[in-house]
Amino acid sequence: MSHHIVEVKDLHHVYPDGTVALDGVSFRITHGESVALIGANGAGKSTLMLHLNGYLTPSSGEVRIGDTPLTRSTLPEIRRTVGVVFQDPDDQLFMPTVYDDVAFGPLNQGLPGPEAEQRVMQALERVGAAHLRCKPPYRLSGGEKKRVAIATVLSMSPDILVMDEPTSGLDPYARRQLLALLSDFHHTKIFTSHDLDMVLELCDRTIVLHEGKIRADGPTRDIFRDDALLAQCRLERPFSMQGCPVCSQRS
Amino acid sequence: MPSIEGALLDFKRLDQLATGDTAIHHLDPRAKVLVTLVFIVSVISFGRYELTAMAPFFIFPVVMVALGNLPPLYIVKKIMLLCPFVLMVGVFNPIFDRTILVQFGPIGISGGWISFASIIARSALTVSVALILVGLTGFPAICWALERLGMPQAFAVQLVFLYRYIFVLTDEGARMARARELRSFGVKGLGMKAYGPLLGHLLLRTWSRAERIHMAMLTRGFTGEFHTRNEFRFGKREILFLLGWTAVFALLRLNNCSQLCGALFIRILP
Repeated sequence: MSHHIVEVKDLHHVYPDGTVALDGVSFRITHGESVALIGANGAGKSTLMLHLNGYLTPSSGEVRIGDTPLTRSTLPEIRRTVGVVFQDPDDQLFMPTVYDDVAFGPLNQGLPGPEAEQRVMQALERVGAAHLRCKPPYRLSGGEKKRVAIATVLSMSPDILVMDEPTSGLDPYARRQLLALLSDFHHTKIFTSHDLDMVLELCDRTIVLHEGKIRADGPTRDIFRDDALLAQCRLERPFSMQGCPVCSQRS
Repeated sequence: MPSIEGALLDFKRLDQLATGDTAIHHLDPRAKVLVTLVFIVSVISFGRYELTAMAPFFIFPVVMVALGNLPPLYIVKKIMLLCPFVLMVGVFNPIFDRTILVQFGPIGISGGWISFASIIARSALTVSVALILVGLTGFPAICWALERLGMPQAFAVQLVFLYRYIFVLTDEGARMARARELRSFGVKGLGMKAYGPLLGHLLLRTWSRAERIHMAMLTRGFTGEFHTRNEFRFGKREILFLLGWTAVFALLRLNNCSQLCGALFIRILP
């Protein structure tokens, strides 16, 4: 039995105001895969992400994590298995200090004090933020906040890591640091992002969402070579695949 | 010109003071909260015309500022910020209460002026100790202490969140105010009319942020109970601190020390 598998079967989601956000989405992500969910604004990425740990309930269809279907009774177990890092770290860091925040998950899991402390320190060291543990969140820089936000999820030792726009708002150096950190994780990883260069670097597989449907699902490199597909979905090739603008002008 | 951002930066400084490393900082927050409460109750229990008896109470904030290594000028400035409100409360006393209570030779001082001064002294005392408490303890630790002393957890959590997000909220407010100002070209913009939608918008933003925070809490297994660490111990030093100051306050409250000193002084003089 493996917890590391994410399976979505014919998922539909209609918001109360009638907006159809997801319209029959199906995929299966297996152990250790690193998958990107890309698509234009409003394509349904965030809605799909919120289904993966049961924050939203499907209008119809099913989400399975490992062998467990996502239902009300399996919710605590699934939330332990799937760690979600949100886009705005200010939403994720709500406790008075970094330490308290990283300890929030483990303490909710009912771990005894010393073990929770060990988890917290491990997670903080993993993201290189151990020296920040006594600071309040509002005194961290953007990159630090992001790394601490990842630590808050790592401390629960999830099997699957889901991240919404991990690189948004980071300076190039902080972004580079984060990429190095993420490529070190051996979890099953799911990212949503508009940073297609990051996708190219971190993800072997890409799922393209368009108007609530899966438009393409395959190896990242193949998808980024299909210019017609990208244009249809309001996307374009990552910069690193576009050729150098300076050199191409010269010739 | 004072701006929202400036005031906020100043507020963060108070928070930073709480990370100090003096003996007072290391005391259990409960001891400090209790002493502050006893102090405030003693001060506000004075009658409206009592002014002299209150003066010795200034020793507590002075000693705490000295021991806690807080910047006195900063605290005084913060107290001054509240002055306009205090003046508003007391400003009519001298007009309505003209009974002469004290006679200094030819000059008579009316009860109104004395009660006015008493209001100012009282608020300076209580506000200063409250600021000093935050500066010595830090807001989250105060919430923790209040919870341990019996305040329902829901209130404590509300306070912690209020404090955590007041920085984010004022940030957002300041950004919106700046965006309005930059497009109003020195004139008052649309005046009050622009502020209605502005505030409404801020409320909606706050609302959706609250939703996202709740989501983040749920994904980390939140079930309604907050687990906090207990890193403090109510030991001998705390008991000594609490009993010592309570004794001092009781002594100062029950005897008018200013008068006693005055009497002593007059008796010594030939």
